[in-house]
This record gives sequence, C-alpha cells and structure tokens, in this order.
Amino acid sequence: MRIVVGQGSCGIAAGASKVYDAIEALIPNTDSELTFTGCIGMCFLEPIVDIYDGKELIKRLVKVQPTDAEKIIAFINGDKNAVNDIEICDDDKAFLEKQTRIALRHCGLINPEKIDEYIADDGYAALKKVLTTMTPEDVIDEIKLSGLAGRGGAGFPTWFKWNAARQSQGEEKYLICNADEGDPGAFMDRAVIESDPHNLIEGMLIGAYAIGAKEAVVYVRAEYPLAIIRLEKAIEQAKEKGLLGQNILGTDFSCEMRIKAGAGAFVCGEETALIESLQGERGMPRLKPPFPAQSGYWYKPSNINNVETFANVAWIMLNGGSAFSAMGTENSKGTKVFALTGKIKKGGLVEIPMGKTLRDVIFDIGGGIKNDAQFKAVQMGGPSGGCIPAHLLDTVIDYKALGATGAIMGSGGMVVMDESTCMVSMAQFFLDFTTKESCGKCIHCRIGTKRMNEILNRIVKGEGKDGDIELLEELCYSIKDGALCGLGQTAPNPVLTTIKYFRNEYEAHINEKKCPAHSCTELISYTINPELCKGCTLCARKCPVSAITGELKSAHKIDNDKCIKCGACYNNCKFNAITMD
Amino acid sequence: MDCCCNNSDLSLIMPVLDKYADTKGSLITILQHAQEIYGYLPTDVIYYIADRIGESPAKVMGVATFYSQFRLKPVGKYLIMLCQGTACHVNGSQKIEQAISDELGIADGETSDDGLFTLKNVACLGCCSLSPVMMINGETYGRLTPDKAKEILRTLKEKAKEE
Ligand SMILES: Cc1cc2nc3c(=O)[nH]c(=O)nc-3n(C[C@H](O)[C@H](O)[C@H](O)COP(=O)(O)O)c2cc1C
Ligand code: FES
Repeated sequence: MRIVVGQGSCGIAAGASKVYDAIEALIPNTDSELTFTGCIGMCFLEPIVDIYDGKELIKRLVKVQPTDAEKIIAFINGDKNAVNDIEICDDDKAFLEKQTRIALRHCGLINPEKIDEYIADDGYAALKKVLTTMTPEDVIDEIKLSGLAGRGGAGFPTWFKWNAARQSQGEEKYLICNADEGDPGAFMDRAVIESDPHNLIEGMLIGAYAIGAKEAVVYVRAEYPLAIIRLEKAIEQAKEKGLLGQNILGTDFSCEMRIKAGAGAFVCGEETALIESLQGERGMPRLKPPFPAQSGYWYKPSNINNVETFANVAWIMLNGGSAFSAMGTENSKGTKVFALTGKIKKGGLVEIPMGKTLRDVIFDIGGGIKNDAQFKAVQMGGPSGGCIPAHLLDTVIDYKALGATGAIMGSGGMVVMDESTCMVSMAQFFLDFTTKESCGKCIHCRIGTKRMNEILNRIVKGEGKDGDIELLEELCYSIKDGALCGLGQTAPNPVLTTIKYFRNEYEAHINEKKCPAHSCTELISYTINPELCKGCTLCARKCPVSAITGELKSAHKIDNDKCIKCGACYNNCKFNAITMD
Repeated sequence: MDCCCNNSDLSLIMPVLDKYADTKGSLITILQHAQEIYGYLPTDVIYYIADRIGESPAKVMGVATFYSQFRLKPVGKYLIMLCQGTACHVNGSQKIEQAISDELGIADGETSDDGLFTLKNVACLGCCSLSPVMMINGETYGRLTPDKAKEILRTLKEKAKEE
C-alpha cells in the first residue's frame, strides 16, 4: 500500500510534516511506501493522509495527529477498523465530489516533486501534441475556441493577448507568468505551484510556442518559499528530460525558463509594474498603451498571464477547446477556482464550472457559516473588488453578473463574513491596504486613497460628520477616473459596494455613533444590569484599568470614562449581567 | 541616521556581485542575497553594491525602500510575520497583534529589548483557511488564539534561553 501525506503550505502549517515524520519512523516495519502530495484543497480537514492500494484510494484520513501514526500502521498491517475514528465523513467527501477540477486536476493526487508521476497522468502529452502536430496559429485558434479568459482578475480573452504578442514584430519575445497572487485572502496560485508545478510549466511552454518566445519567467511572490522550491525542482527535472531548454522533445522549439522572486509589493501584480520589478526597478506601473504585447519586458513584445490561466492550457490542448467552452455561461467559459475562507465552515479550494451561484459555493460546498451564524456578505476580488450582500447570493458566477453587483470575479479570493463583521471597518481595512500599497506615481491614487482612509478612520472612531458619505463617493469617482493603473482605478470598489449595500451601517456610525456589528471598539459601550449582577466582583478583578467598582454581593458599575472597551468583563461575567451596545 | 561606517564584512557579498553585477536587471536579486547574508541591508553594503553595479546609492536605496521585504535595520533572532490579510482580519488578527504586543512590548516594525523578537505585519501568507496565521522564521502557525500566540512566543523565549 501507499501512504500519502498532503504537504502543501497549509497542510504543513496544520502539522502535516510532524505526521509524516511519525509515520516515517514506523514504516520500516511494513512493506508499504510513504510519500507526499501537494494541497488537495480541503484545508479545513488538514492534516490529511490518503492510503492507496495500487491506484485506488481506499482510505482518506483527516485531522490526523502524529499520535495517529500507530493506527495507520495497524491498518496497513491488516486491522481494518484501526483508523475508523479519523476517516473522512460522507458529508465532507461531498466537498470534493461537487467540484469539477481542471486547473486543479492533479492537486493532491501526485507528488509534485516527481516528474514521472505527472507524466504518468498524461503530463506533457499536450506539449508533445502541440509541438508535433500544431502550428502556433492552431494553438491560438484552439484557445479562442475554448473561450479561456485571464484568471488574474480582469478576465481578458487569452487568445487575444497571445495573438497580439504573436503578431508583434521582433525576434526577441518573452512569456511571463504572474504568480504574485496579491489579493490577501487568495491562495489558488500557490496551491497550483506547490501541488502541480509541471502543469504550470507545460501551460507556459505551450504559450511560449504560440507567441514565439524563447524565454519564460515566473514572478513568484516572496511570501511563498515552498512554491519557489518546488517550482525550482520541477524546472530542473523538466530540463533533464529535455522538456525545457534547447530543441524541446527533439523539435526546433527552444525555450528557457527561470524564476524571479518578488520582494513584497502588491502593485507588482499589475502587469507593467511587474515588468519594472523584473527589470530590477521600483515596481511602478507604466502608462498603457503601449501594451506589453508591443513593448513589455526590456521593451520587447511580452505576454503575461496568471498561474491559473496557464494551468488550464494543457487540458484544453488535450481535450479540445470546445470541451472547455461546453462548461460555463454565455460570456464566461470553463471553470474557476475560488479560495473560500473567512467565517466559513469548510474553507479551502473550490473549482466549479462558471454559472454556479455564490450560494452553491458558500452553502452547498462550503457548508455555510461557522457556528451557524448569519451570513452577511462575501468579499470577492480583494482590494479591487467588493462585498456582495445576502440578497444577492443567487448571483451566478460569471464575469458580467458579478461585475454588475459592483464587485468583480477577481482572482478567486472569496472571504465570507458574518454579522459580527462591520462593513465600514472592512472598507477601512481595504483602504488602509491600498494606501500603504499605492506606489505613489499618480496623485489620485497616492493622495486620494489617503484622504479616503482618513475619512473612514474618522467614521469608525465615531468622529464621522454629516456629508462624509457623499464626500467619500465623490472621491471614489474621481480616483476611478484619474488613477494611472488598476490599483487606483479599483481601490474605491470596496467603499462603493459597502455604501451601496450597507449604507445604514455608515449612517449608524456617523449619526448615532454606533457600530451595529459591535466590532468598532471606540463605539462600543458596556453596562452592568443591576438586576442580574450578583456582585461576585469577578469583572472588577478582570478589568485591566480598574474601571469597575462595587461592593461584594451588590451590583457593580462601569465608569465609561475609564473603560478601554477591552471586553474582559463582558467575556468573563458568569451571569450575563453585562450588556454590550 | 547611521553613516557608511557599519563596518560590514564586504567580502561576504563579493561572490554575489561577481555573479550578478554585470547582468542587467539584477538589483533586486542582489539585495535579496545581501539581506540573506547580513540579516538586513547595512548602509555600507548599499554603497558598495551601488559602486559595483555602477548606479548611484540613491537609486539602490530607492529600490530597497520600495519593497516591504527589505529592512534597513537588524531584526531580532525571531522574525514574526503576522498576517493581516483579509481572511485573517475577519478572523481576528488584531487580537493576535494585541496579544503579541502585550507579551513582548513591541508594535509593528519594532524589535524587543532583548533583541529576540521583531514583529512585522504582512498581507497574506497564503494559508488563509487556517487564519489567523503567523510565520516565525519560516515556520507557519495557524488557527491562532491570543493565548496560543502567547504560548508559542513563551516557548521560543525558553528555547532561546537554553541555547
Ligand atoms: C493592483 C493590481 C494587482 C494585480 N495583482 C495580480 C496578481 O496578483 N496576480 C495576477 O495574476 N494578476 C494580477 N493583476 C492583473 C494583471 O495586471 C494582469 O491583468 C494579469 O496578470 C494578466 O493575466 P491573465 O490575463 O491571465 O489574467 C493585478 C492587477 C492590478 C491592477
Ligand atoms: S489572509 Fe492571512 S494567510 Fe491569507
């Protein structure tokens, strides 16, 4: 039998390496093999251990602890019931069964550090087909037929960009993969690289062939050390097999590939800023046009695509563009991967055909809200996107339909929020982010986001003024119009969508100095209900600033001038005598 | 501000410069290696790099200050990268920051008096479904609570004492 431990970054963070070590210590007593895989995408069940008999998965074990190693060994030694208590339940199995996996098709199934496992699963077959039977124009036509659109956020048709780069004059062309994954709350690109790096390499090689590039670069964000290590290994292995470098697969197509580690700047996800960064400069966006297809890396024709975009390419070449476009809606084809997180029961990676609804993803697959709380909103598209409220849960996943809500499809971050999240503070969180990440090149973004952040800061502190909402809206529209790059142009979205759908929360903060979600500390006040207070003195002892006074066995009182709203009294009272307002 | 008399051992960075100084567009790579070697970017190293690649120190400084990865001051033995990304924010990363501050007496960007810990807020470590998350010297800790975070720091303190 074969024991496979899921070792993506999140599995490792949940303790998968310790589990691996514990099993490794015992494995010599068996005739089984121990290996690892990347991220299967069921992050809420990590660490995960799969047991295979030949090709068949016979047990999937979840939330495994190092102490479970003995049970696992007992199981492979014949004790059929040894692992029953850690086996995945049917309800959780459905998390994967309800998905359609194309970009993630190998994730969690193969060892990402072994090229042979990738090859055994049809790996590099698409590249072979392309190089031996198709012209670059055929490739572009097939991508056009598939309807594949960029998964990095904007959703621009991939064939169009490839064709523009192909048509561009010049011998020296570059293919670049954007693995900067800047949306804080998204991690599908990391998962693809850590779990199936050869799929990315294969997709990129096909892209390079299509546009006529001899050099390819992957720009990976600095926070993803494991992804960089696995991709480095994969590139080495592909070179050894003659799949990268000179005369690939014996044809006259040659292409080199290298990795460039980013250095921490959100704006470097923007394609022209990324190019500046690749050139060793400050990552400041260029004015477009000219587009990278005409003048990109070293001012040569270049094409940039996102990791997930490339991860679909080999599948499309093998299965045909029409198989891909058979899935989805009128204007959005194929599947999309989402990173489902926040206040969700089952957080992880979800790949579904376009056209499903948000409700399908959050409730049917994700199992609904943590602790059965009330769903309030889902944030999509990160700092460039917006918050979609409960009454729009039946919106279908499609570039147009999501855009109509004021949010965007984005790169796939889906952060779920419940009633305890304050939407004004959420908007402030994003503006704080964009203010810090603005590169400073254009005034609208540099100063505009700062002014907006100041106003939002004021509101969440209870110092909002009449007219603040209108002032915010005015700033939003002028920043959208005036900013140089996508960072500034989309920075107002989190504010606009929260004003659109949660205006009452803004008004409560400004007019009544109240935070309906009880989240903005400055606007919370605690009071002790004398009817319920037993005078146990616990709250007075817990209060770090001695704001609570009272005699033993008589009702206590909070001095609101001294109170720092830490909530210690509220969290410790055994008689529910303290109310938060 | 410190001048260029940090007295860093410049011979350490020479092999890196021999390899990259003549390849255009390598400045960020050189700075990444330099930070790996020295733990931060000392001013004299920045001057030396500028000299070797034929750029002004201001230009090198401009790049070094643009990216959040680069540090101009030494960091503690343990670098705490606390995630303040969206998922971690929604799941209470501010409370973790408070707990770290309480335990170590430092705020974002500061180093504790004993030189052991530096706290740095970052946006998303890619382990969002285990949020809130922090990474200390490459190891990721997920599903944090204020108490769990404090306990991790105490264990590291103990470990440092023993060494
Ligand atoms: C501020 C900003 C940040 C971006 N961050 C990313 C990112 O992290 N990853 C990504 O693939 N695209 C990002 N993009 C989009 C890229 O500019 C570009 O459109 C994309 O990489 C093109 O690839 P695609 O056509 O395959 O989507 C960002 C855009 C902006 C304006
Ligand atoms: S938001 Fe914290 S790890 Fe992604």
